[in-house]
Amino acid sequence: MAEYEPPPGSVPPDRVGRWQSRRGQDRLAQLLFLAPAVIYMLAFFGYPVVKNFLMALQTYSTSTFYTGEAPWAGLANYRAVITSSVFSKALLNTVLFTAGSILGQFVIGLGLAVFFRRRFPLNGLLRSLLLIPWLIPLIVSGAVWRWILDKDNGALNRFLAAIHLAPGHPGWLTSTSLALLAVIMVNIWIGIPFNLTILYGGLQDIPEDLYEAATLDGASGRQRFRYVTWPLLRPVVSVVLVLGVVYTIKVLDVILGLTNGGPANASQTIATQSYHLSFVQFDFGQGAALGNILIAISLVFAVIYLRANRRAVDE
Amino acid sequence: MAIPVTPGRRPGRAWPRWADTAVGVGILAVLLFPIYWMINVSLQPGGSAVGTPWLPVHLSFHGYSTALSQQGRNLLTSLVVALGSVAFCLVIATPAAYVLAQFRLRFAGAILFGVLISQMIPGIVIANALYTAYTDAGLLNSVPGLILADSTAGIPFAILIVRAFMTSIPQSVIEAGRVDGAGHLRTFVSIVLPMSRNALITAALFSFLFAWADFLFALTLTTTADVRPVTLGLYTYIGTYVSDWSSVMATAVLASIPAIVLLVVAQRYVAAGTTAGAVK
Repeated sequence: MAEYEPPPGSVPPDRVGRWQSRRGQDRLAQLLFLAPAVIYMLAFFGYPVVKNFLMALQTYSTSTFYTGEAPWAGLANYRAVITSSVFSKALLNTVLFTAGSILGQFVIGLGLAVFFRRRFPLNGLLRSLLLIPWLIPLIVSGAVWRWILDKDNGALNRFLAAIHLAPGHPGWLTSTSLALLAVIMVNIWIGIPFNLTILYGGLQDIPEDLYEAATLDGASGRQRFRYVTWPLLRPVVSVVLVLGVVYTIKVLDVILGLTNGGPANASQTIATQSYHLSFVQFDFGQGAALGNILIAISLVFAVIYLRANRRAVDE
Repeated sequence: MAIPVTPGRRPGRAWPRWADTAVGVGILAVLLFPIYWMINVSLQPGGSAVGTPWLPVHLSFHGYSTALSQQGRNLLTSLVVALGSVAFCLVIATPAAYVLAQFRLRFAGAILFGVLISQMIPGIVIANALYTAYTDAGLLNSVPGLILADSTAGIPFAILIVRAFMTSIPQSVIEAGRVDGAGHLRTFVSIVLPMSRNALITAALFSFLFAWADFLFALTLTTTADVRPVTLGLYTYIGTYVSDWSSVMATAVLASIPAIVLLVVAQRYVAAGTTAGAVK
């Protein structure tokens, strides 16, 4: 930079000093513009992660909040959480809940996205109305579905009984064998609009002439999907799936609103169990340990995603 | 029945376009049935736990009057928290988005990576740590406490979406403002912000919806009924044995109104935000 020769018409040498100080001012202004956001992010994301890491190594009890004493416990919280009888169940439920929700949302969302690619009157209006389940508060969906899925008077059981499909009035939210399924169904319902919108956007970006060329080559509808739509949609698909996993794995509102993790932990996930440990049993140490396990699972997913992405780019 | 021929219809296509519309309406009817049911139950006379009629034939606003008298204050709390969160998110996020979009900074990549990765942190982890911090700071059961916590969803979103938009503002526009003698703040406020209007609206809208819909922080960071957002009010309703579903559903309808209003009046901003969710 020292040998830099100013182009004609640029700043005369005697004003360089002023420019340097102005650059310093620029930097200062930029830092001041950034500072609030950086401080907020550190306080509300950085601090909680560090604090949870520490809390998981401490023993919290109800008296901690009066005495302020939380003695170090080493790995006792992790040991207690992992050996607890709820853990394996919650882990399995988390996997089933996440996989089931994502699969259902994605398949139905993709089906609807393909359908809405057709041009027909009111297409745009119908698509935007379909966003409603995604835009209303999750706890509202929980409350509504809780009444629809009610064992004795719920709309679903009345409908099923009316068409003689399930006259026995299954207890969707009260039976240990159905609760997780019901929670997954509701979460699929909530996630369809998001999947539909993103996948529809991805489909719209595929050039029409590729389909025309495929048709001229004699490709059937299924072949067009297999060899044109799918490969070109894959980047969007991977974004939808990874975001889906990251969001679904930490879902709490829906489950707490519908079943509160019950009956007998039948729909308990790692996230809801972490909530119960901290805020119902006031064992913040164990709640934090379980929260950290949840972060670790999310991170594993993120790493798998980043590696898969890099491989896709390398190809 | 005469099938209307839409202009530009592909020749030889036996399946008319209105038939597609009919299928679409059918799909909509199935998927939006719970919304219909919520409205239907909310308009039923109270006390009827048994066999709600499929249509609100005996229209009654009993549910709404109960909901408003019991949850009116909570609705107001939600509104204050959500509006506060919008203001806070925009004030914190937009200056940072501007700098990240327009200037080359050594840490820009790291900051953006941090913003992205922050979305992976489960809310329960944040609530866990904030509960103890809020107890010490006296922020439990307070509106500012909820605004700060609820903005954890809005701020990263606003930074990403506004930054993405501001990268399209030509550098020459900003330099022209600077040459005219405007300071950094003036340039930002009177040139950059007006140009970014659409992105700001989208960010504001979603910050509002995030804070309005928040349940986890309401559940964990409030312990009394003094400051209670409507989401928590609804949860405490359904947490006990419910005998009056029409009031519960009326509350649910009232809690859904902002989302539905925004979808109607600001549809293109909602659409922009939805797709931004994936691109971020």
